[in-house]
Amino acid sequence: MNISDERPAILFHGVWKSFARHAGQMLIRDRLKQLLKPHAHDLFHALRDVTFSIHPGESVAVIGHNGAGKSTLLNLTTNLCRPDRGSIAVNGRVAALLELGSGFHPDLTGAENVCINAALLGFSRRQVRAKFDEIVSFAELAEVINEPLRTYSTGMMMRLAFSVAVSVNPDILIIDEVLGVGDLSFQAKCLERIRQFRLAGKTMLCVSHSNETLRELCDQAIWLDHGHLVEYGPIARVVEAYKHAVSLQAACSSS
Amino acid sequence: MWQGDYLYLIENLILKDFRVRYRNMSLGMLWSLVNPLVMMGVLTFVFTRVFSNNAIPHYPVFVLCGMIPFNFFSIAWTSGTTSIIDNAGLVKRVPVPREIVPITTVLANCVHLLVQIALLLLLVFYFYGSNRQWIWLPLVWGLEVVFVSGLALLSSAVNVYIRDTRYIVESANTVLFWLVPIIYDSAIVPQKYSGFYEINPLAALVLTLRRILLQAEGPDGPTHTLWKFAGVSVAVFVFGLLFFHRMKPRFYEHI
Repeated sequence: MNISDERPAILFHGVWKSFARHAGQMLIRDRLKQLLKPHAHDLFHALRDVTFSIHPGESVAVIGHNGAGKSTLLNLTTNLCRPDRGSIAVNGRVAALLELGSGFHPDLTGAENVCINAALLGFSRRQVRAKFDEIVSFAELAEVINEPLRTYSTGMMMRLAFSVAVSVNPDILIIDEVLGVGDLSFQAKCLERIRQFRLAGKTMLCVSHSNETLRELCDQAIWLDHGHLVEYGPIARVVEAYKHAVSLQAACSSS
Repeated sequence: MWQGDYLYLIENLILKDFRVRYRNMSLGMLWSLVNPLVMMGVLTFVFTRVFSNNAIPHYPVFVLCGMIPFNFFSIAWTSGTTSIIDNAGLVKRVPVPREIVPITTVLANCVHLLVQIALLLLLVFYFYGSNRQWIWLPLVWGLEVVFVSGLALLSSAVNVYIRDTRYIVESANTVLFWLVPIIYDSAIVPQKYSGFYEINPLAALVLTLRRILLQAEGPDGPTHTLWKFAGVSVAVFVFGLLFFHRMKPRFYEHI
Protein backbone atom coordinates (compact mmCIF):
# COMPACT_ATOMS: atom_id res chain seq x y z
CA MET A 1 0.00 0.00 0.00
CA ASN A 2 2.53 2.54 1.13
CA ILE A 3 5.14 2.90 -1.59
CA SER A 4 7.52 4.92 0.53
CA ASP A 5 7.94 1.95 2.88
CA GLU A 6 9.88 0.17 0.15
CA ARG A 7 12.01 3.14 -0.85
CA PRO A 8 14.46 4.74 1.56
CA ALA A 9 13.33 8.11 2.91
CA ILE A 10 16.78 9.61 2.38
CA LEU A 11 19.47 8.11 0.19
CA PHE A 12 23.00 9.49 -0.26
CA HIS A 13 25.19 7.73 -2.81
CA GLY A 14 28.86 8.67 -3.09
CA VAL A 15 28.17 12.31 -2.24
CA TRP A 16 31.00 14.85 -2.44
CA LYS A 17 30.58 18.49 -1.61
CA SER A 18 33.23 21.18 -1.56
CA PHE A 19 33.22 24.92 -1.09
CA ALA A 20 35.71 27.38 -2.53
CA ARG A 21 37.41 29.44 0.15
CA HIS A 22 36.81 32.81 -1.39
CA ALA A 23 36.15 35.17 1.48
CA GLY A 24 35.90 38.63 -0.01
CA GLN A 25 36.76 37.47 -3.52
CA MET A 26 33.57 38.64 -5.13
CA LEU A 27 34.73 41.65 -7.09
CA ILE A 28 35.48 42.03 -10.78
CA ARG A 29 39.20 42.13 -10.01
CA ASP A 30 39.05 38.67 -8.40
CA ARG A 31 36.98 37.24 -11.23
CA LEU A 32 39.54 38.44 -13.78
CA LYS A 33 42.33 36.86 -11.74
CA GLN A 34 40.42 33.58 -11.71
CA LEU A 35 40.03 33.75 -15.46
CA LEU A 36 43.77 34.19 -15.88
CA LYS A 37 44.69 31.54 -13.30
CA PRO A 38 41.76 29.12 -13.29
CA HIS A 39 43.43 26.55 -11.02
CA ALA A 40 44.09 28.88 -8.13
CA HIS A 41 40.94 27.70 -6.36
CA ASP A 42 41.36 26.71 -2.76
CA LEU A 43 38.74 24.06 -2.02
CA PHE A 44 37.38 22.98 1.30
CA HIS A 45 35.84 19.50 1.22
CA ALA A 46 32.80 19.43 3.47
CA LEU A 47 31.69 15.91 2.51
CA ARG A 48 33.84 13.18 0.96
CA ASP A 49 32.22 10.16 -0.64
CA VAL A 50 29.33 9.84 1.82
CA THR A 51 26.92 6.94 1.28
CA PHE A 52 24.02 5.93 3.51
CA SER A 53 20.30 5.26 3.40
CA ILE A 54 17.65 6.05 5.98
CA HIS A 55 14.39 4.12 5.96
CA PRO A 56 11.02 5.70 6.61
CA GLY A 57 10.28 5.90 10.32
CA GLU A 58 13.93 5.88 11.42
CA SER A 59 15.33 8.73 13.43
CA VAL A 60 18.98 9.38 12.87
CA ALA A 61 21.43 11.60 14.74
CA VAL A 62 24.38 13.20 12.95
CA ILE A 63 27.39 13.65 15.22
CA GLY A 64 30.93 14.90 14.76
CA HIS A 65 33.24 17.80 15.57
CA ASN A 66 32.60 21.37 14.41
CA GLY A 67 33.15 21.61 10.67
CA ALA A 68 32.79 17.85 10.16
CA GLY A 69 30.08 18.40 7.54
CA LYS A 70 26.94 17.92 9.64
CA SER A 71 25.17 21.09 8.51
CA THR A 72 26.23 20.54 4.91
CA LEU A 73 24.63 17.10 5.07
CA LEU A 74 21.37 18.60 6.37
CA ASN A 75 21.40 21.40 3.79
CA LEU A 76 21.94 18.91 0.97
CA THR A 77 18.97 16.91 2.24
CA THR A 78 16.72 19.98 2.19
CA ASN A 79 17.96 20.79 -1.35
CA LEU A 80 19.45 24.15 -0.41
CA CYS A 81 22.55 23.20 -2.36
CA ARG A 82 23.57 20.42 -4.74
CA PRO A 83 26.35 17.85 -4.45
CA ASP A 84 29.47 18.11 -6.63
CA ARG A 85 29.40 14.38 -7.28
CA GLY A 86 27.12 11.53 -6.30
CA SER A 87 23.36 11.48 -5.97
CA ILE A 88 20.78 12.26 -3.32
CA ALA A 89 17.20 11.00 -3.27
CA VAL A 90 14.62 12.23 -0.77
CA ASN A 91 11.14 10.73 -0.71
CA GLY A 92 8.49 12.68 1.13
CA ARG A 93 7.83 16.22 2.25
CA VAL A 94 10.75 17.71 4.16
CA ALA A 95 10.49 20.36 6.86
CA ALA A 96 13.63 21.74 8.38
CA LEU A 97 14.01 23.42 11.74
CA LEU A 98 17.20 25.05 10.50
CA GLU A 99 18.08 28.34 12.13
CA LEU A 100 14.67 29.12 13.50
CA GLY A 101 13.05 32.36 12.51
CA SER A 102 15.26 33.12 9.52
CA GLY A 103 12.42 35.08 7.94
CA PHE A 104 11.56 37.05 11.08
CA HIS A 105 11.58 40.83 11.13
CA PRO A 106 11.80 42.75 14.43
CA ASP A 107 9.49 45.62 13.39
CA LEU A 108 6.57 43.34 12.55
CA THR A 109 4.19 41.87 15.10
CA GLY A 110 4.33 38.28 16.23
CA ALA A 111 1.18 37.51 14.23
CA GLU A 112 2.59 39.01 11.02
CA ASN A 113 5.80 37.09 11.45
CA VAL A 114 3.87 33.86 11.93
CA CYS A 115 2.13 34.41 8.58
CA ILE A 116 5.38 35.16 6.72
CA ASN A 117 7.22 32.23 8.24
CA ALA A 118 4.34 29.87 7.56
CA ALA A 119 4.14 31.06 3.94
CA LEU A 120 7.88 30.41 3.57
CA LEU A 121 7.36 26.89 4.86
CA GLY A 122 4.75 26.37 2.15
CA PHE A 123 1.45 27.05 3.95
CA SER A 124 -1.58 28.39 2.09
CA ARG A 125 -3.82 31.08 3.51
CA ARG A 126 -6.39 28.48 4.58
CA GLN A 127 -3.80 26.37 6.37
CA VAL A 128 -2.48 29.41 8.24
CA ARG A 129 -6.00 30.33 9.34
CA ALA A 130 -6.66 26.80 10.52
CA LYS A 131 -3.42 26.50 12.46
CA PHE A 132 -2.88 30.05 13.71
CA ASP A 133 -4.47 29.62 17.14
CA GLU A 134 -2.72 26.31 17.66
CA ILE A 135 0.65 27.87 16.81
CA VAL A 136 0.15 30.81 19.18
CA SER A 137 -1.12 28.73 22.06
CA PHE A 138 1.71 26.21 21.67
CA ALA A 139 4.17 29.09 21.90
CA GLU A 140 2.26 30.43 24.95
CA LEU A 141 2.33 33.94 23.47
CA ALA A 142 -1.37 34.72 23.07
CA GLU A 143 -1.21 37.97 25.09
CA VAL A 144 1.71 39.51 23.18
CA ILE A 145 1.08 38.17 19.68
CA ASN A 146 0.14 41.63 18.35
CA GLU A 147 3.21 43.34 19.77
CA PRO A 148 6.29 43.98 17.57
CA LEU A 149 8.81 41.18 17.67
CA ARG A 150 11.58 43.47 18.95
CA THR A 151 9.76 43.64 22.30
CA TYR A 152 10.11 39.84 22.70
CA SER A 153 12.90 38.15 24.60
CA THR A 154 15.14 35.77 22.63
CA GLY A 155 13.42 32.82 24.26
CA MET A 156 9.97 34.06 23.27
CA MET A 157 11.10 34.58 19.68
CA MET A 158 12.52 31.07 19.50
CA ARG A 159 9.33 29.62 20.97
CA LEU A 160 7.30 31.30 18.25
CA ALA A 161 9.61 30.08 15.48
CA PHE A 162 9.59 26.56 16.83
CA SER A 163 5.80 26.51 17.06
CA VAL A 164 5.44 27.55 13.41
CA ALA A 165 7.99 24.99 12.28
CA VAL A 166 6.45 22.02 14.08
CA SER A 167 2.98 22.90 12.83
CA VAL A 168 4.07 21.74 9.36
CA ASN A 169 3.17 18.10 9.04
CA PRO A 170 6.23 16.76 7.19
CA ASP A 171 7.21 13.21 6.33
CA ILE A 172 10.81 14.03 7.12
CA LEU A 173 11.77 16.40 9.92
CA ILE A 174 15.23 17.92 9.99
CA ILE A 175 16.44 19.44 13.24
CA ASP A 176 19.64 21.46 13.49
CA GLU A 177 20.71 22.43 17.01
CA VAL A 178 17.40 23.94 17.94
CA LEU A 179 16.46 21.83 20.92
CA GLY A 180 17.88 24.27 23.43
CA VAL A 181 14.93 26.57 22.82
CA GLY A 182 13.18 28.46 25.61
CA ASP A 183 13.02 27.57 29.29
CA LEU A 184 12.96 24.07 30.73
CA SER A 185 9.20 23.59 30.56
CA PHE A 186 9.10 24.70 26.93
CA GLN A 187 12.02 22.40 26.09
CA ALA A 188 10.08 19.52 27.58
CA LYS A 189 7.13 20.47 25.40
CA CYS A 190 9.32 20.55 22.28
CA LEU A 191 10.79 17.16 23.05
CA GLU A 192 7.28 15.81 23.60
CA ARG A 193 6.18 17.14 20.19
CA ILE A 194 9.18 15.55 18.53
CA ARG A 195 8.47 12.26 20.26
CA GLN A 196 4.96 12.40 18.81
CA PHE A 197 6.49 12.80 15.35
CA ARG A 198 8.47 9.66 15.93
CA LEU A 199 5.48 7.71 17.17
CA ALA A 200 3.58 8.80 14.08
CA GLY A 201 6.24 7.00 12.02
CA LYS A 202 7.96 10.08 10.62
CA THR A 203 11.59 10.08 9.58
CA MET A 204 13.94 12.37 11.51
CA LEU A 205 17.44 13.69 11.00
CA CYS A 206 18.94 15.55 14.00
CA VAL A 207 22.09 17.48 14.75
CA SER A 208 22.80 18.36 18.37
CA HIS A 209 25.81 18.52 20.63
CA SER A 210 23.78 17.19 23.52
CA ASN A 211 24.31 13.42 23.50
CA GLU A 212 21.52 12.85 26.01
CA THR A 213 18.93 14.57 23.84
CA LEU A 214 20.09 12.61 20.83
CA ARG A 215 19.96 9.31 22.63
CA GLU A 216 16.46 10.07 23.74
CA LEU A 217 15.22 11.05 20.27
CA CYS A 218 17.17 8.88 17.87
CA ASP A 219 17.83 5.20 17.35
CA GLN A 220 20.57 5.44 14.72
CA ALA A 221 23.58 7.71 14.35
CA ILE A 222 25.91 8.87 11.60
CA TRP A 223 29.40 9.91 12.70
CA LEU A 224 31.18 12.35 10.41
CA ASP A 225 34.85 13.27 10.67
CA HIS A 226 36.36 15.84 8.28
CA GLY A 227 33.68 14.99 5.75
CA HIS A 228 34.15 11.23 5.91
CA LEU A 229 31.41 8.97 7.15
CA VAL A 230 33.18 7.03 9.90
CA GLU A 231 30.33 4.95 11.22
CA TYR A 232 26.61 4.48 10.79
CA GLY A 233 24.68 2.24 13.17
CA PRO A 234 22.76 2.02 16.45
CA ILE A 235 23.15 5.23 18.38
CA ALA A 236 24.60 3.78 21.61
CA ARG A 237 27.47 2.11 19.74
CA VAL A 238 28.28 5.08 17.49
CA VAL A 239 28.20 7.63 20.33
CA GLU A 240 30.50 5.42 22.42
CA ALA A 241 32.96 5.08 19.55
CA TYR A 242 32.83 8.85 18.94
CA LYS A 243 33.41 9.67 22.61
CA HIS A 244 36.30 7.19 22.71
CA ALA A 245 37.89 8.85 19.69
CA VAL A 246 37.46 12.32 21.18
CA SER A 247 38.99 11.35 24.53
CA LEU A 248 41.87 9.61 22.74
CA GLN A 249 42.50 12.73 20.70
CA ALA A 250 42.40 14.88 23.83
CA ALA A 251 44.87 12.56 25.54
CA CYS A 252 47.23 12.71 22.54
CA SER A 253 47.16 16.48 22.28
CA SER A 254 47.70 17.02 26.02
CA SER A 255 50.65 14.62 26.29
CA MET B 1 11.47 20.73 -3.97
CA TRP B 2 9.53 23.52 -2.29
CA GLN B 3 5.83 22.82 -2.54
CA GLY B 4 3.65 25.61 -1.36
CA ASP B 5 1.33 28.45 -2.15
CA TYR B 6 3.31 30.84 -4.39
CA LEU B 7 0.70 33.59 -4.41
CA TYR B 8 0.28 33.58 -0.64
CA LEU B 9 4.05 33.71 -0.19
CA ILE B 10 4.46 36.60 -2.65
CA GLU B 11 1.61 38.47 -0.99
CA ASN B 12 3.19 38.03 2.43
CA LEU B 13 6.62 39.15 1.27
CA ILE B 14 5.19 42.28 -0.37
CA LEU B 15 3.17 43.09 2.76
CA LYS B 16 6.29 42.57 4.84
CA ASP B 17 8.29 45.04 2.79
CA PHE B 18 5.44 47.53 2.83
CA ARG B 19 4.85 47.33 6.58
CA VAL B 20 8.53 47.48 7.45
CA ARG B 21 8.94 50.59 5.35
CA TYR B 22 5.93 52.51 6.60
CA ARG B 23 5.37 51.46 10.17
CA ASN B 24 7.99 53.86 11.52
CA MET B 25 6.95 56.86 9.44
CA SER B 26 4.35 59.26 10.71
CA LEU B 27 3.42 60.40 7.22
CA GLY B 28 3.18 56.85 5.91
CA MET B 29 2.15 56.64 2.28
CA LEU B 30 2.49 60.40 1.82
CA TRP B 31 6.24 59.91 1.62
CA SER B 32 5.70 58.24 -1.76
CA LEU B 33 4.31 61.57 -2.95
CA VAL B 34 6.80 63.92 -1.34
CA ASN B 35 9.79 62.82 -3.39
CA PRO B 36 8.22 63.19 -6.87
CA LEU B 37 6.55 66.48 -5.87
CA VAL B 38 9.82 67.96 -4.63
CA MET B 39 11.65 66.83 -7.76
CA MET B 40 8.86 68.18 -9.91
CA GLY B 41 9.11 71.56 -8.16
CA VAL B 42 12.87 71.80 -8.50
CA LEU B 43 12.95 70.72 -12.14
CA THR B 44 10.11 73.08 -13.00
CA PHE B 45 11.97 75.96 -11.36
CA VAL B 46 15.19 75.19 -13.23
CA PHE B 47 13.64 74.58 -16.62
CA THR B 48 11.06 77.35 -16.66
CA ARG B 49 12.75 80.10 -14.59
CA VAL B 50 16.50 79.50 -14.81
CA PHE B 51 16.40 78.36 -18.43
CA SER B 52 13.33 80.10 -19.69
CA ASN B 53 11.28 77.80 -21.83
CA ASN B 54 7.82 78.30 -23.19
CA ALA B 55 7.71 75.50 -25.73
CA ILE B 56 6.25 72.93 -23.34
CA PRO B 57 2.86 73.70 -21.79
CA HIS B 58 2.19 72.62 -18.20
CA TYR B 59 5.82 71.73 -17.62
CA PRO B 60 5.25 70.23 -14.13
CA VAL B 61 2.85 67.62 -15.53
CA PHE B 62 5.15 67.00 -18.48
CA VAL B 63 8.13 66.32 -16.23
CA LEU B 64 6.13 64.14 -13.82
CA CYS B 65 5.02 62.03 -16.77
CA GLY B 66 8.65 61.08 -17.36
CA MET B 67 9.83 61.01 -13.76
CA ILE B 68 7.29 58.62 -12.30
CA PRO B 69 8.03 55.73 -14.68
CA PHE B 70 11.76 56.49 -14.45
CA ASN B 71 11.84 56.59 -10.64
CA PHE B 72 10.04 53.29 -10.41
CA PHE B 73 12.40 51.78 -12.98
CA SER B 74 15.50 52.98 -11.21
CA ILE B 75 14.48 52.08 -7.63
CA ALA B 76 12.99 48.71 -8.55
CA TRP B 77 16.00 47.73 -10.65
CA THR B 78 18.53 48.80 -8.00
CA SER B 79 16.76 47.10 -5.10
CA GLY B 80 16.08 44.05 -7.29
CA THR B 81 19.79 43.79 -8.09
CA THR B 82 20.81 43.50 -4.44
CA SER B 83 17.75 41.47 -3.41
CA ILE B 84 19.44 38.05 -3.33
CA ILE B 85 22.30 39.33 -1.17
CA ASP B 86 19.96 41.39 1.03
CA ASN B 87 17.85 38.29 1.66
CA ALA B 88 20.82 35.96 2.18
CA GLY B 89 19.22 34.63 5.37
CA LEU B 90 16.25 33.46 3.37
CA VAL B 91 18.17 32.11 0.40
CA LYS B 92 20.58 30.11 2.59
CA ARG B 93 17.98 28.68 4.96
CA VAL B 94 14.71 28.18 3.14
CA PRO B 95 14.39 26.21 -0.09
CA VAL B 96 11.83 28.59 -1.64
CA PRO B 97 12.21 29.11 -5.39
CA ARG B 98 14.82 31.85 -5.66
CA GLU B 99 13.05 33.66 -8.50
CA ILE B 100 10.54 34.83 -5.91
CA VAL B 101 13.11 37.07 -4.23
CA PRO B 102 13.92 39.59 -7.02
CA ILE B 103 10.37 39.47 -8.39
CA THR B 104 8.74 40.31 -5.05
CA THR B 105 11.28 43.08 -4.52
CA VAL B 106 10.15 44.66 -7.79
CA LEU B 107 6.48 44.08 -6.99
CA ALA B 108 6.86 45.64 -3.54
CA ASN B 109 7.89 48.86 -5.25
CA CYS B 110 4.67 48.79 -7.28
CA VAL B 111 2.81 49.95 -4.17
CA HIS B 112 4.59 53.31 -4.39
CA LEU B 113 4.16 53.34 -8.13
CA LEU B 114 0.38 53.04 -7.74
CA VAL B 115 0.25 55.99 -5.36
CA GLN B 116 2.36 58.07 -7.75
CA ILE B 117 0.25 57.07 -10.75
CA ALA B 118 -2.82 58.27 -8.87
CA LEU B 119 -1.11 61.65 -8.34
CA LEU B 120 -0.14 61.84 -12.01
CA LEU B 121 -3.62 60.98 -13.27
CA LEU B 122 -5.14 63.55 -10.96
CA LEU B 123 -2.89 66.29 -12.33
CA VAL B 124 -3.38 65.21 -15.95
CA PHE B 125 -7.12 65.13 -15.41
CA TYR B 126 -7.06 68.64 -13.98
CA PHE B 127 -4.99 70.17 -16.82
CA TYR B 128 -5.89 68.02 -19.81
CA GLY B 129 -9.00 66.02 -18.90
CA SER B 130 -9.34 62.29 -19.52
CA ASN B 131 -9.58 60.54 -22.87
CA ARG B 132 -10.45 57.06 -24.02
CA GLN B 133 -6.84 56.13 -24.75
CA TRP B 134 -6.45 55.78 -20.96
CA ILE B 135 -7.60 52.16 -21.31
CA TRP B 136 -4.07 51.42 -22.60
CA LEU B 137 -2.45 52.62 -19.36
CA PRO B 138 -2.68 49.32 -17.41
CA LEU B 139 -0.95 47.53 -20.30
CA VAL B 140 1.82 50.14 -20.51
CA TRP B 141 2.53 50.12 -16.77
CA GLY B 142 2.24 46.33 -16.69
CA LEU B 143 4.87 46.07 -19.41
CA GLU B 144 7.18 48.28 -17.40
CA VAL B 145 6.86 45.92 -14.42
CA VAL B 146 7.63 42.95 -16.69
CA PHE B 147 10.62 44.76 -18.15
CA VAL B 148 12.09 45.71 -14.76
CA SER B 149 11.47 42.21 -13.37
CA GLY B 150 13.45 40.75 -16.26
CA LEU B 151 16.35 43.15 -15.68
CA ALA B 152 16.24 42.47 -11.92
CA LEU B 153 16.40 38.71 -12.48
CA LEU B 154 19.45 39.18 -14.69
CA SER B 155 21.34 41.63 -12.54
CA SER B 156 20.52 39.99 -9.19
CA ALA B 157 21.97 36.70 -10.45
CA VAL B 158 25.12 38.43 -11.71
CA ASN B 159 25.40 40.39 -8.45
CA VAL B 160 25.77 37.15 -6.46
CA TYR B 161 28.96 36.33 -8.35
CA ILE B 162 30.27 39.85 -8.96
CA ARG B 163 29.36 42.26 -6.19
CA ASP B 164 30.31 45.34 -8.22
CA THR B 165 27.18 44.82 -10.29
CA ARG B 166 25.10 47.08 -8.07
CA TYR B 167 27.44 50.01 -8.65
CA ILE B 168 27.26 49.46 -12.39
CA VAL B 169 23.46 49.45 -12.15
CA GLU B 170 23.47 52.64 -10.08
CA SER B 171 25.73 54.41 -12.58
CA ALA B 172 23.60 53.19 -15.47
CA ASN B 173 20.57 54.75 -13.78
CA THR B 174 22.31 58.11 -13.41
CA VAL B 175 23.23 58.10 -17.08
CA LEU B 176 19.75 57.01 -18.12
CA PHE B 177 18.12 59.90 -16.27
CA TRP B 178 19.67 62.24 -18.85
CA LEU B 179 19.34 59.96 -21.87
CA VAL B 180 15.63 59.37 -21.39
CA PRO B 181 13.46 62.34 -22.41
CA ILE B 182 12.28 63.15 -18.88
CA ILE B 183 13.13 66.83 -18.54
CA TYR B 184 13.11 67.61 -22.26
CA ASP B 185 10.94 66.77 -25.23
CA SER B 186 12.38 64.07 -27.49
CA ALA B 187 11.32 66.23 -30.47
CA ILE B 188 14.27 68.57 -29.81
CA VAL B 189 16.82 65.75 -30.15
CA PRO B 190 18.90 66.31 -33.34
CA GLN B 191 18.21 63.85 -36.13
CA LYS B 192 21.64 62.18 -35.96
CA TYR B 193 21.05 61.05 -32.35
CA SER B 194 17.42 60.04 -32.70
CA GLY B 195 18.41 56.47 -33.53
CA PHE B 196 19.47 55.99 -29.94
CA TYR B 197 16.09 57.12 -28.68
CA GLU B 198 14.41 54.68 -31.04
CA ILE B 199 16.12 51.69 -29.45
CA ASN B 200 15.96 52.89 -25.82
CA PRO B 201 13.08 50.98 -24.18
CA LEU B 202 12.68 53.53 -21.39
CA ALA B 203 12.40 56.37 -23.91
CA ALA B 204 9.71 54.35 -25.69
CA LEU B 205 7.86 53.99 -22.40
CA VAL B 206 7.94 57.71 -21.60
CA LEU B 207 6.94 58.63 -25.17
CA THR B 208 4.00 56.25 -25.08
CA LEU B 209 2.78 57.59 -21.75
CA ARG B 210 2.99 61.18 -22.94
CA ARG B 211 1.21 60.34 -26.16
CA ILE B 212 -1.68 58.80 -24.22
CA LEU B 213 -1.90 61.28 -21.36
CA LEU B 214 -0.90 64.63 -22.85
CA GLN B 215 -1.73 64.28 -26.54
CA ALA B 216 -4.74 61.98 -26.24
CA GLU B 217 -3.37 59.91 -29.12
CA GLY B 218 -3.29 56.14 -29.57
CA PRO B 219 -0.37 54.49 -27.76
CA ASP B 220 1.38 53.09 -30.78
CA GLY B 221 2.11 56.08 -33.01
CA PRO B 222 3.85 55.98 -36.41
CA THR B 223 6.97 54.21 -35.09
CA HIS B 224 5.12 51.39 -33.27
CA THR B 225 6.87 52.24 -30.01
CA LEU B 226 4.38 50.34 -27.83
CA TRP B 227 4.69 47.05 -29.67
CA LYS B 228 8.46 47.34 -29.78
CA PHE B 229 8.47 48.00 -26.03
CA ALA B 230 6.16 45.02 -25.47
CA GLY B 231 8.45 42.77 -27.48
CA VAL B 232 11.57 43.95 -25.66
CA SER B 233 9.91 43.60 -22.22
CA VAL B 234 8.77 40.03 -22.78
CA ALA B 235 12.11 39.08 -24.35
CA VAL B 236 14.08 40.57 -21.43
CA PHE B 237 11.83 38.82 -18.92
CA VAL B 238 12.15 35.40 -20.58
CA PHE B 239 15.90 35.79 -20.98
CA GLY B 240 16.17 36.94 -17.34
CA LEU B 241 14.26 33.89 -16.11
CA LEU B 242 16.38 31.47 -18.17
CA PHE B 243 19.62 33.12 -17.08
CA PHE B 244 18.55 33.15 -13.42
CA HIS B 245 17.60 29.50 -13.67
CA ARG B 246 21.06 28.66 -15.00
CA MET B 247 22.83 30.60 -12.25
CA LYS B 248 20.79 29.76 -9.16
CA PRO B 249 22.12 26.28 -8.29
CA ARG B 250 25.38 27.81 -7.09
CA PHE B 251 23.97 30.81 -5.23
CA TYR B 252 24.30 28.95 -1.94
CA GLU B 253 28.08 28.69 -2.22
CA HIS B 254 28.56 32.34 -3.16
CA ILE B 255 26.44 34.18 -0.62
